[in-house]
Amino acid sequence: MENNSRRDFLLTGLITAGLVSGCTPKTDPFEAGASDVALPSGKKVKLLSVDGEEIEVDEAFLKPVPHIPPVSNTEARIGIPGKKFVMVIDLSRCKNLKKCQSACNHAHELNPGENWIKVDPMQDAEHTAPYWEPTTCMHCDEPPCVKVCPVDATFKRQDGIVLIDSDRCIGCRFCMAACPYSARVFNWGEPEIAPAIASQPYSCETSVPQKKGTVGKCDFCADMTRMGELPHCVSACPNGVFAFGDINQDSVSNGAETFRFSDLIKDKGGYRLMEDLGTKPSVYYLPPVSRNFPFESGLENDKEQNK
Amino acid sequence: MENSITDEKIIADLLPQKFGKAGKIWVGVLTVICLIGLFAYYRQLRYGLIVTAMRDYVSWGIYISNFVFFVAISLVGSLITAIFRLAGVKWGAPLTRIAEIIAVAAIIFASLIIIVDMGSPERFYYLFTHGRIQSPIIWDVIVITTYFFISILLLYYPLLPDIKILLRFKQKSGNGLHKFYNYIGSFWQGTPAQFKLSEKAINILCITIIPVAFTIHTVTSWLFATTYRPGWDSTNFGAYFIAGAFLVGSGAVVVAMYVFRKAYHLEKYITEIHFEKMGRVVVLLSLLYLYFNMNEFLTPFFKMKKSEEGYLNGLFSGDFSVVFWFAILIGIIIPVVILLFRQGRKPLPMFIVGIMVIVGAWFKRYLIVTPTLLNPFLPMHDVPASYHHYFPSWEEWAITMGSLAGALLIITILARIFPIIPIQETLTEQHEKAI
Repeated sequence: MENNSRRDFLLTGLITAGLVSGCTPKTDPFEAGASDVALPSGKKVKLLSVDGEEIEVDEAFLKPVPHIPPVSNTEARIGIPGKKFVMVIDLSRCKNLKKCQSACNHAHELNPGENWIKVDPMQDAEHTAPYWEPTTCMHCDEPPCVKVCPVDATFKRQDGIVLIDSDRCIGCRFCMAACPYSARVFNWGEPEIAPAIASQPYSCETSVPQKKGTVGKCDFCADMTRMGELPHCVSACPNGVFAFGDINQDSVSNGAETFRFSDLIKDKGGYRLMEDLGTKPSVYYLPPVSRNFPFESGLENDKEQNK
Repeated sequence: MENSITDEKIIADLLPQKFGKAGKIWVGVLTVICLIGLFAYYRQLRYGLIVTAMRDYVSWGIYISNFVFFVAISLVGSLITAIFRLAGVKWGAPLTRIAEIIAVAAIIFASLIIIVDMGSPERFYYLFTHGRIQSPIIWDVIVITTYFFISILLLYYPLLPDIKILLRFKQKSGNGLHKFYNYIGSFWQGTPAQFKLSEKAINILCITIIPVAFTIHTVTSWLFATTYRPGWDSTNFGAYFIAGAFLVGSGAVVVAMYVFRKAYHLEKYITEIHFEKMGRVVVLLSLLYLYFNMNEFLTPFFKMKKSEEGYLNGLFSGDFSVVFWFAILIGIIIPVVILLFRQGRKPLPMFIVGIMVIVGAWFKRYLIVTPTLLNPFLPMHDVPASYHHYFPSWEEWAITMGSLAGALLIITILARIFPIIPIQETLTEQHEKAI
């Protein structure tokens, strides 16, 4: 209970102001050990909770916390020891809701119109059935993008994640040409980001802030995985399309359910995209059989951006 | 050349000349085009590559086409200077400086245009401080730099005896130029020992430049061929690029021969025989390029693999078919037909063929880059509608035209400063004939 209320108050509004606060209006926010007990000043500040509710907090309870240092560039390039991340996308569950996309765009402060997750309407041949296919970066074990990068701006970590160092990228876009999955996007102009975020130092694990003249792409939410949490797309999908986990532990989870990875792939006939290219993706797909939704149910949501 | 011409006459004919009225207008127009290109580049630096029409699918556009075009043209320096020299082709001697000047101008602008294409050009030096030798881009950086220096030296060494001659005409060259000649060439005495040394150096450069030239364009083709994309995933690409490069470079030399001959009245030095022989060279290279084109397109066409279907149909009968058949006809087939006739190898038709080859080659480079990018493996989806097409913005055109004008400007300036036909070599040849 205590923990929940603390998490609720990791407020988005505060983060943009450069503050992180753990306080509730009812109890002493700083718990035991806080020698400087804050006395209510009477001045109230309006804040937005993560639930979207507006709440009032006494100014005295807001305490500037030193900016939690993000992992260093070196650590971000090495990855989390002992892990090997993997994603499973169940095509039988997708109805093109695009919740994954909007959560991803929001979390990574993407430029409007830019998507790291795309949901493509696929039809493999004339007489085969159409289906919705969400695509992310495949985090290949033989990444063509990493092979061609001239300055080591995009790299493969030991935990399997492929990331981009925007402070290194020279914007030659060779990686975009090399990626057969068209997973990479480019910041053609100055990204439209709130100044407070744009001025933050770039972190390879959060991929924030995106910078003009550099490449961006899905990062498997490396910051979330470091905290042991699921990527934003996984938790945002109400239909449990995405499952994420560690192949070394042979387990993946979509938040509500946890599966044994090897069983899931075996039972449902999992496969990877463009296996013949030898890129060895870390993203597996389960075929669109015994579907939860008809293909047509996703069409309405597709109109907005695609004609 | 008739034996009656005296040394003085030859020197007077071949000394660099001040710009006439036409020359001044030409330089003025080129400068204006360059300035417009610079302004467009200023806008690109300020707002980012958003000012171009390139987007996430067509992530490379005419900048890269233009880069390939420049690298291709620059190869002619190695053909006319080195390959001809080593093969003992004597008639090519008066054309060597033209070829070398074109090579230097083209390779300079190839390097510049690739920086223009970068999203973060202020980090250019990362290529040297953080370079990864595994990346084909680094291979390109290394070989293009090497080729640039060898080309400069191949232009410079044969110039030294000419500079000694130029230094005798202080009046004609004016103070500034005289000082410049003095600075770069006063150490050259023309002693037999120096000639021997220079001869040796040029021979070594001629031998080294051939593999380097093959490498620059092969590596440039590998920027595409090392990817999986339809139309780029080809083992034929290196040879296909080299063949096309020699063709367009020869076309450029033919055009330059014609223009310099007219502008500087060099009919006695660049004769109809030179056009006749270059005509044969161009026919051979066109046929060679045609052969590689057939390899590049016919077998994929026969198979029609699903991943390549959209790309191939786009070229043969779809959105790009007009440009594709234009480039094949104008750039390869019609030149062959014209040049097969003796009348077609006269200066004026040769000039027209040269222009056709160059224009065809430029559009061919456009087709190498764009259609492939518009046919990705996964459908183009969840992007703004404008991402599905590519037509260059005015900034891209202005920068591209500016770079072409810039290359022509360098050629023009070098032709203003240095004798476009090697004087000393012409004299030596004359004397050998007299004996």
